[in-house]
Amino acid sequence: MTEAPTKIAPLLEVRGIGKRFFGVRALADVGLSLQRGEVLAVIGENGAGKSTLMKILAGVQKPDDGEILLDGHAVQLHSVADALGFGIALIHQELNLADNLDVGSNIFLGREPRRAGFIDKRRIYHDSSELLRRVGLPVSPRTIVETLSIGQQQMVEIAKAISVDARVLIMDEPTSSLSQGETEHLFRVVRDLRERGISVIYISHRLGEVKELADRVVVLRDGQNAGELTRGEIEHERMVKLMIGRDVSQFYQRAENTVGEIVLDVRELRTAAHPRHRLSFEVRSGEIVGVAGLVGAGRTEMLEALFGVAPPVGGTVQVAGKTVTPRSPRDAISAGIALVPEDRKQQGLILEMAISENLGLPSLRRTQRSGFLNHAEERTISRRMFGELNIRAAGDRQAVQFLSGGNQQKVVLGKWLAMAPRLLLMDEPTRGVDIGAKQEIYRIMEQLAANGVAILFVSSELEEIMGISDRALVMHEGRITGELARCEFSEEGIMRLATGGAQKAEKSLAGPE
Amino acid sequence: MAQSSEITQTAVEKSISAGPRPQLKILGILGLLIVACMVTAILSDRFTTPYNIENLIRRTALFGILSIGAAFVIIAGGIDLSIGSVVALTGCLLPWLVVQQKWPVGGALCAVLGLSLLIGLSHGLLITKLKIQPFIVTLCGLLLYRGLARGLTRDQTQGFENGFEQLRLLSTGKIAIPFVQGFLLPAPFVILLIVAALSAVILNQTIAGRYLRALGRNEQAARYSGINTDRMTILAYMMCSLLAGFGGLLFVLDVNSAQPSDFGNFYELYAIAAAVLGGCSLRGGEGTIIGVLIGTAVMQVLRNSITLLDIPTQMEFAIIGAVILAGVVADELITRWAARRRAVREAAA
Repeated sequence: MTEAPTKIAPLLEVRGIGKRFFGVRALADVGLSLQRGEVLAVIGENGAGKSTLMKILAGVQKPDDGEILLDGHAVQLHSVADALGFGIALIHQELNLADNLDVGSNIFLGREPRRAGFIDKRRIYHDSSELLRRVGLPVSPRTIVETLSIGQQQMVEIAKAISVDARVLIMDEPTSSLSQGETEHLFRVVRDLRERGISVIYISHRLGEVKELADRVVVLRDGQNAGELTRGEIEHERMVKLMIGRDVSQFYQRAENTVGEIVLDVRELRTAAHPRHRLSFEVRSGEIVGVAGLVGAGRTEMLEALFGVAPPVGGTVQVAGKTVTPRSPRDAISAGIALVPEDRKQQGLILEMAISENLGLPSLRRTQRSGFLNHAEERTISRRMFGELNIRAAGDRQAVQFLSGGNQQKVVLGKWLAMAPRLLLMDEPTRGVDIGAKQEIYRIMEQLAANGVAILFVSSELEEIMGISDRALVMHEGRITGELARCEFSEEGIMRLATGGAQKAEKSLAGPE
Repeated sequence: MAQSSEITQTAVEKSISAGPRPQLKILGILGLLIVACMVTAILSDRFTTPYNIENLIRRTALFGILSIGAAFVIIAGGIDLSIGSVVALTGCLLPWLVVQQKWPVGGALCAVLGLSLLIGLSHGLLITKLKIQPFIVTLCGLLLYRGLARGLTRDQTQGFENGFEQLRLLSTGKIAIPFVQGFLLPAPFVILLIVAALSAVILNQTIAGRYLRALGRNEQAARYSGINTDRMTILAYMMCSLLAGFGGLLFVLDVNSAQPSDFGNFYELYAIAAAVLGGCSLRGGEGTIIGVLIGTAVMQVLRNSITLLDIPTQMEFAIIGAVILAGVVADELITRWAARRRAVREAAA
């Protein structure tokens, strides 16, 4: 930090921060500095200490050692209110909005302007309109937050931060549930903030975004500084190398493979969410088909229709030549279909239950002895999956809630692999999973395909779609707008189909979904 | 290492929601039972008389059957407020049918138990198919069945007079224990043991039991795993109403007099409190039959000691409420302490 001397002190500087939880080190001697009007990306694998560091900066947690300097003066951040008072605002990954209230009320929540003891609603809505204009969100401040898309809600959070005159805006994984169009909008807003001299600390897993947006990158590994890259040095491979401390090939590339006969044959499928559109496609044995598209394009709804969560309202589905009418997940499972759902904590796992119980849950019906549990068989399944998937835990009796995201996802996979499905549906299979576990999940998918399973997966990460699919379907507003073979893959091509044309890309922010 | 630091941040909060191991909870509530018994025994020499012990066991057995029913619904993530009114309905209907309407005993028993199942079925259907909240459905049940019991009997106290001695032995009978003199085991206790054993087998050894726990914890994940969650929920409510109806029969056979306006009043609250005291979480998915039985026993010992220690009976609810609250608070504090220790241990691993 001394090699680039500046006349004035950096806006925010952190020195020698250490934090332990119950005697275990989360951060040790971490330092970083932030200039005015700078976008600083903080990256690292899950558990590298990014979130802890940000919580310390936002006053959520107190450091054990080290100091925080603002404009060159040491400050103590005892609470979120303290941090806000110094102009430091944190936007959590899970947004913190009261979604039953309207936009204006959310922006001024807890510090409502008053007149004669009553809330001055006119001022709230007037000031909110101005703030919304600044973040480019064309909705009325009286809109109920619930009706906004995730991307729009994020803009409300940013408007809220601006309204308290934040000088440092910390964003934790802001794009993890945004569509491409919303992400681009967010980038524009972040750049605009930078122009106005507001500094942004940007935490992300998505290195492509970091490359596009960041002025500087700080890498954390195992709770320590692992390196720093300036604007000209920000390259995908260098970041990965610093994050994991070793070299890896740039991105997973699927080997060539041969496919078998049709496993899933979908004709004119109409989902409850988009009943006007008819979906037709097929997936073959040994084939991995990726489904690309923006959030809200109807991809999840398609998988949920096939799995019987939201039964289709029309069309035919054939699995291995037999017609299936999936009215419940149970019907779908009987037909040899499995789903790794989008929200693994709500839909995929029973967090308080043991790994073994989760792994065995779908198989119980198969392994039962006239209604009674077959403990021996359950244990066999659990041990086998535990080993095959390389689940890292103290043992299969541990509750899944204590596992990392990647290992939790392996448990979800394992519970379906134990059923030996013909068709595996996966919705965002690597969301919230660190790089190492991602690679393992890709390998598992390839292995399954090599064994003849048909895989249909939805992903919002283009490089993932392009890296492991044999074929890609692209969806836009409930329709399949294109189908690309591996040799036809290109980012521009997929994005064009996903946005239904370049002009329409902006639409995702223009109104409630 | 990289992962353990992430784990620790939230491990404590997560462990709290998970609760301590069931064995620990059972030990805790067992401790409470022993303390309550010892204090009462020291303060009153009437506590340990065979008559009192027999009575206590009989009451515990009758209430235990209701509590097990409540536990099924609570473990499945629901609640049943109609238990006391179902007790009143079957408790009044049985003597009304056999004494006033001259029905054969077998027919009356079948009708009353069948009605209980039907009540549970309708609760389950309303909750799963129409998605009405369990609290509302069973609150309406509470009013409905009480009113039916009072209407059918024109609010007249029902009883068996001096007949039906054979049938009443189900509740009033006593069974000699081999090699034990001067103490007879009340018949309802044997019935309770059978009900408890069957329930424990269902909960722990069958796939239905596993499904109930899974669905109580996370209904969505259970459904996504191919479990017919509607059917399992209905099953839980049917179990609960059946056991409530069965309990109602045994209560009226025991006391030989059921006044429609207050027979079984508040029994749902005794049942729910015993289940919660015994380790069931209203969040669902948690609870053991043995814990529920001990929880029921604690409640009955408390009621017994209020009588024996000449505490004004008007104070009964206040004392029971205070003790349960203290128990739940202690449980929460122990849970936090255990979670903290576990987090440290797992972080070190």
